[in-house]
Amino acid sequence: MTFLVDLLAATLRNATPLVYGTVGETYAERSGVLNLGIEGTMYAGAFFGFAAAYASGSLLVGLGAALAVGLLAGALMGLLTVTLGANQHVSGIGLTIGLVGLSEFVNRLLFRGGELQRIEPFPLVEPPAFLGPLAPIFSQYALTYLAFLVLVPLAWWILRGTSFGLELRAVGENPEAADAAGISVARTRYLALMFGGALMGLGGAVFTLASLGSFTLDIIAGRGWVCIALVIFGRWRIGRGVIGALLFSAVYSLQLRLRILPGWGDVPFELLLALPYLVVILALAISGRNVAYPGAYLKPYRRT
Amino acid sequence: MSRANPGVAGSTGRAGSTGRADIAVELQGITKRFGDLVANDHVDFDVRRGEVHALLGENGAGKTTLMRILYGLTAPDEGEIRIDGRPVTVRSPKDAIAAGIGIVTQHFSLVRPMTVAENLALGRTGGFRLDLERTRRQVAGASERFGIRVDPAAIVGELSIGEQQRVEILKALARDCRVLILDEPTAVLVPQEVEALFMTLRRLVADGLAVVFISHKLGEVRAISDRVSVLRRGAMVGTVPGSTDERELARMMVGRPTFGVARSEPTGGEAEVLLRVSGLRAAGRHGLPALHDVTFEIRRGEILGVAGVSGNGQTELVEVLSGMRHPAAGSITVDGTELAGATPTAMMAAGVGRIPEDRHASLVADLSVADNLVLERLDDFTTRTGLDERRIREHATMLIERFDIRARPEDRVTTLSGGNIQKVLLARVLSRQPKVIVVAQPTRGLDIGATEYVRGELLARRAAGAAVLLVSEDLDELLALADRLIVLYEGRIVGEIPAADADPERLGILMSGRGRAA
Ligand SMILES: Nc1ncnc2c1ncn2[C@@H]1O[C@H](COP(=O)(O)OP(=O)(O)O)[C@@H](O)[C@H]1O
Ligand SMILES: [Mg+2]
Repeated sequence: MTFLVDLLAATLRNATPLVYGTVGETYAERSGVLNLGIEGTMYAGAFFGFAAAYASGSLLVGLGAALAVGLLAGALMGLLTVTLGANQHVSGIGLTIGLVGLSEFVNRLLFRGGELQRIEPFPLVEPPAFLGPLAPIFSQYALTYLAFLVLVPLAWWILRGTSFGLELRAVGENPEAADAAGISVARTRYLALMFGGALMGLGGAVFTLASLGSFTLDIIAGRGWVCIALVIFGRWRIGRGVIGALLFSAVYSLQLRLRILPGWGDVPFELLLALPYLVVILALAISGRNVAYPGAYLKPYRRT
Repeated sequence: MSRANPGVAGSTGRAGSTGRADIAVELQGITKRFGDLVANDHVDFDVRRGEVHALLGENGAGKTTLMRILYGLTAPDEGEIRIDGRPVTVRSPKDAIAAGIGIVTQHFSLVRPMTVAENLALGRTGGFRLDLERTRRQVAGASERFGIRVDPAAIVGELSIGEQQRVEILKALARDCRVLILDEPTAVLVPQEVEALFMTLRRLVADGLAVVFISHKLGEVRAISDRVSVLRRGAMVGTVPGSTDERELARMMVGRPTFGVARSEPTGGEAEVLLRVSGLRAAGRHGLPALHDVTFEIRRGEILGVAGVSGNGQTELVEVLSGMRHPAAGSITVDGTELAGATPTAMMAAGVGRIPEDRHASLVADLSVADNLVLERLDDFTTRTGLDERRIREHATMLIERFDIRARPEDRVTTLSGGNIQKVLLARVLSRQPKVIVVAQPTRGLDIGATEYVRGELLARRAAGAAVLLVSEDLDELLALADRLIVLYEGRIVGEIPAADADPERLGILMSGRGRAA
């Protein structure tokens, strides 16, 4: 019982950055742009969020910095793929390499050689006593509550129930039609990329400002790429993407616990570490067939 | 030509008398160049309130470009646009919409996975919140007002082409457009739908709408328009009343008199059989039987026409005969060689040439004309070190000349017009002198010039002794070209008629399956 409660709590906690990343990437892709800059954007969000919080002593300033960095990264992706019409794969991978390099460079400048710098991270929200044995499930960071209770429903509603969401979906499906309807394809894609980028930055900051309270190299460890897979697994729906994030996180949290269980010591831990990724690949192979990609996926739009 | 609406009838006579005040939109001296190609060459055009003004011209004449300029989708190099007499700059569709211009493009600009209501809401909602309920009511209201029936909740991608077109028209009207541009609206419609569209247009025009009707079909243009302007190779040839006769319109459009292309007298009935098909059975798309015991033969120098409503086994027959689909039973012999179940390569080697229905799927759009022309026979153009570029180019230059393809060897196929794409395909297949030609819908979507050219080529192959299987939904085409006709209904041959005894009525009865007992 406590094992299950713990597992559930860990699942929600570990899913949090994935939820930010997946929702952000969903916005970018629904507008027709595959943003492979996500890995780097999360990395930069993690680092600059941490650096700003360290320098100012305020976690909220850190969050603001992560958000701003993500916004800028999204705008840069827009400049490359929308304004300049560059290839989306190359632009995204270039953005990731650039942002990881920049973060590590500034990291060396600021925190040269010394020992690991720490900040006091966000505390866990204290759950009310009446929950009894279930209380640990609700002992989460505010950023987790924000993700599941505010961001997910809001992002879903914006996409479905607002003019901006309708325009975003139209631009990603048929930019010619959107253009002919008087919608600015470029503006809509920029907005989607910047909104998505801001979420990715926040997702990265979850690691440094909440989970760890410090910045270490390779802190994102491919979570950005996982989000790319989760978006496809979710078929570009917010809800399904979040379910995918929970699934990945559940297996991830399970293997962490299996490692310390008696009898599992003989299994090489690298194998267990690979487990959640294998699950994602499997889930993609099963559910990823015949998926309908957004109509304008990967296509730059130009009037003739 | 009779008209349903007396309000429009006789307005052709008005054409000369109405004043400038009636002019809704005027284009003056519009020029647009794409590289060294002049798509529009100092074109003047205007449309008045309460008239249908047809823009007639062959594929590639520059009709779409002219209207894209008016709608702000393409920027002109020169020229002026005047709306209600005032000069305006139309920088984007937004400007055009604000000026009361609506367009139904050749390839619809609808977002297929969305509902009709969502498509109509696109780009015109005021607030941040999307009130789909209100939009739905507005759609229903507009639908009522203009007499155009659509279901607001339907997903656009699931509607028929005719219904999608109604959505497009409604979309333009719902934004209070005063000038409606229809770019080849009938190309995708069946005759009944065309009639329905014309009724709608007549009603709208009687209410004062100005309509630009783009087409290359003469009969339709005469049936609906008050005035006709003809574009040829980017230049305006002239504007004439809608009652001008078809011959004259065709002459203006093509630049020379046109004659129907039809077969001469049958070549020898005693010639040897080149293609023999017997007891052919095959499964269709969903594994259901699509062909039942199909048996026929075609002699040297003969065209066998296959008539039938689409979906009655024609596609499968062509696929089996070209090796793309495996037959379940039966025999196919070409010049005595058994070929049932052979691969496409073996079929080709045995002398079968295939000009399929979907020409885009048969060419690689991003490759050059030259590369596409050798795609089926790369082995002949390979040296020890790779492709022989020089010979590929020479080969292309020769075929471009021989088949009158309006393109350079290095042009990518995607930049070509439909007629030229079909010519590339024709050149690729016919240059190998196939003994048996299997061809489906060879002139679908082509203009008069290209249609005549393609038909002439097929007749030339017939005269040269090829056996041709011609599948077509165009009865006039079958009657003009075929020596003999078979009719397919539900995968069976339900009738065989010598062309001399065939007429549309008799074919229609067989095609609807009613002639089976006979
Ligand atoms: N974006 C473009 N780039 C290059 N050439 C073009 C472009 N659009 C049209 N053309 C060329 O301009 C000519 C006129 O085309 P179009 O206006 O589409 O003709 P129509 O509508 O009368 O069939 C054609 O030769 C076409 O290939
Ligand atoms: Mg056109």
